[in-house]
Amino acid sequence: MFKRSHPADPVTATRPQEPVEGVRFGPPLERQWRAVRSALQRAARWLLHVWRSSLQLRVIVSTMLLGLIFVLMLGSYLYQRIADGLVNDRVLTARAEAASQTRAAQLSFDSAGRMDANSLTQLAFDVVGQLSSPGADQSREVILTRAKNNTGPASVPTVLSSDVGVSRVPAGLRAAIAADPSHQQVQIISIPSTDGTTVPAAVVGSRVSLPAAGQYELYFVFPLEREQQTLRVVARTFILGAIALVLLLGGVAFVVTRIVVDPVRRAAIVAERLSSGRLHERMRAHGEDDIARLGKSFNAMADSLQKQIRQLEDLSRVQQRFVSDVSHELRTPLTTIRMAGDLIHESRHDFDPSVARSAELLYNEVDRFESLLADLLEISRFDAGAAALDVEATDLRDTLGRTLESTAALAARRGSRLEVVPCAGPCVAEIDPRRVERILRNLVANAIEYGEGRPVTVQLGVNDKAVAVSVCDTGVGLRPGEAVLVFNRFWRSDPARARTTGGTGLGLAISREDARLHGGWLHAWGEPGVGSCFRLTLPRQTGVPIESSPLPLRPQERSASGPVSKSLPGQAGKPPPGPTAKPPGPTSESSPSPVVTSGGAER
Amino acid sequence: MKGRVLVVDDDLALSEMLGIVLRNEGLDVVHCANGSAAMALFRESRPDIVLLDLMLPGIDGIEVCRRIRAESGIPIVMLTARTDTIDVVVGLESGADDYVLKPFKAQELIARVRARLRRGDEPEPEQLQIGDLSIDVAGHTVKRQGKPLSLTPLEFDLLVALARKPRQVFTREVLLEQVWGYRHAGDTRLVNVHVQRLRSKIERDPEHPEIVVTVRGVGYRAGPP
Repeated sequence: MFKRSHPADPVTATRPQEPVEGVRFGPPLERQWRAVRSALQRAARWLLHVWRSSLQLRVIVSTMLLGLIFVLMLGSYLYQRIADGLVNDRVLTARAEAASQTRAAQLSFDSAGRMDANSLTQLAFDVVGQLSSPGADQSREVILTRAKNNTGPASVPTVLSSDVGVSRVPAGLRAAIAADPSHQQVQIISIPSTDGTTVPAAVVGSRVSLPAAGQYELYFVFPLEREQQTLRVVARTFILGAIALVLLLGGVAFVVTRIVVDPVRRAAIVAERLSSGRLHERMRAHGEDDIARLGKSFNAMADSLQKQIRQLEDLSRVQQRFVSDVSHELRTPLTTIRMAGDLIHESRHDFDPSVARSAELLYNEVDRFESLLADLLEISRFDAGAAALDVEATDLRDTLGRTLESTAALAARRGSRLEVVPCAGPCVAEIDPRRVERILRNLVANAIEYGEGRPVTVQLGVNDKAVAVSVCDTGVGLRPGEAVLVFNRFWRSDPARARTTGGTGLGLAISREDARLHGGWLHAWGEPGVGSCFRLTLPRQTGVPIESSPLPLRPQERSASGPVSKSLPGQAGKPPPGPTAKPPGPTSESSPSPVVTSGGAER
Repeated sequence: MKGRVLVVDDDLALSEMLGIVLRNEGLDVVHCANGSAAMALFRESRPDIVLLDLMLPGIDGIEVCRRIRAESGIPIVMLTARTDTIDVVVGLESGADDYVLKPFKAQELIARVRARLRRGDEPEPEQLQIGDLSIDVAGHTVKRQGKPLSLTPLEFDLLVALARKPRQVFTREVLLEQVWGYRHAGDTRLVNVHVQRLRSKIERDPEHPEIVVTVRGVGYRAGPP
């Protein structure tokens, strides 16, 4: 705007250069400033960290600070007292000296009798000269000047014993003498000293009367140089003492905290080792002091912990052993029963119908018994903490594909369609494929069983920390509160409901344990009459915690076009997957769901 | 299917049931109820395949397996109720060719036994060369520079399967199907354990195999690395 309004102005024509130059110089400066600021911030953070993490440092610093404050207060009080004493003393002697000298001067003047101005002036010089030379060590200056209210002829000029002039005498002092001529007046002033600095000095003033010349004021100036020197020495001593004392305090604090903090640090190290499983670690506990007591009670705690952990370990070992034995003991007769059942089942056509049916029931129930036994063993393995992950980097799409293959037969039997919403790219995570397949098989079989023949939607999702699979049906759904209960062992939504797939009632409990073993989540959502949705979220890398699931737990509104048209949150940044309102048909066809290829699932 | 099966299992009911099922398949069955007598019976009956329970009174199944393997390369199929990895692996490492988990189905067991017995039915004259090994498929011998190496039939089958298509990578699943006769997914640990056993016999340095090479993330192949 500015530039455009003065296009021809040669001065303003150069103006646009300025901001450009400013910009050119700006960034490096700003960068430097930013670097400095970030360095400062880092230093501050480091200091804060050190301050927070070291009890010892805190103790030492606060002791030294408190000590410093105390020493400062005490020192300045003492210094003040000493200074006051010294000055008062000096002022007292100064007063006495001044009084006697004034009397002597007055006597000299009185005895002079009548004189002419010149000899009077000479006398004044002599008197001042006499007064100002007391000895080598005690210097004092003298000023004789006309009183302010002396309006007579100025026969005697102001007489000075040195270069300290009348102007140095404060007006207040002169006024005080004028107001009360019969008394001495004292005040402290500063005068220039010989080495160029100023020194305080006590000025004692009184009135003398000169014959024929009238009232004069006689001032004695006593420089407090010696007192000041003494005070300087005192101050230096105090400062040195304060520094020494604060350092001493710091040292004492250091030693004391060392004595206390060291065992505490050792205790912390031992406690860390204990908690990392090294149960034999103990603290050193010598002596009878508090630290030793800490050590002893710590060790007692460790002993009792170790004992209890041992007991638990033994218990768990016994439990595992028992489970293993039960496994063997039950499995061998079950094998015989199963083979016998198979044999009878194969020749059931030779029997009359009731026996043939019995053979079929026997055959099927042995299967169910076996899966129940397997589930029970699996659960007790989780309970004993004996379940171990066998992780490998796996594409969840493959795992899901195998799951869908094995559940295809069940879906076909129940007339349920399995719709898959695949994720855009690969869906690789470090998982135990056997366990994850078991979870997915469980979820899909459940959805088929409770989906009442309506389509079951299986959706895959991925973000940078986690992969997820959600399995949703539009069947009976879950009543409020049941979303948590479904994971309980042997829980049934409706005890009267007929079971058709012959689940063991342990499937979801095992699935949740499997998910937990991965460090993953298994969540359920449901609404009566709307449907239910189970979502499995697994970390992509073992040990890296999940922050959020790539898939919503609650399915978004299901329109006529079906859930296929839903957009995946995990795909937000991906290239557009085409029109959002896709007809449901092609998408489910293009999905990797091998619904038609029957995998000849055995179970 | 003809052949003689030695069943070593302490559970009499299961042994009898196994006998019934196997005889129905036309096999000859010899039974032994404890580990101590197993070796004597093995030498006496000269079976074509051994079904061996891992938990036995007297000498345990692992030890029996080791002793049989020391004498002969005949197929051994373990019967185990232990599903824990360590039990299975220990069994396989002691020399078993295959295992079935209790409770198994009759057809499953028969399939396993059949797969182990089927081999050698149709010996076709064939000479293979892999690395510095020469394999006579019909004569069932592997020689390194004229010196014969002793392999069990299963190890031989595994080597032949790999050597027939050198440089082709076999996944563990494919090997399970070709060598063990699994039609569905089986336990890939079987392959791992037996490849290691095979390497310990045929490789000059089993730590740095040159004949059976691991292809990371895929499986195995024969040939120079």
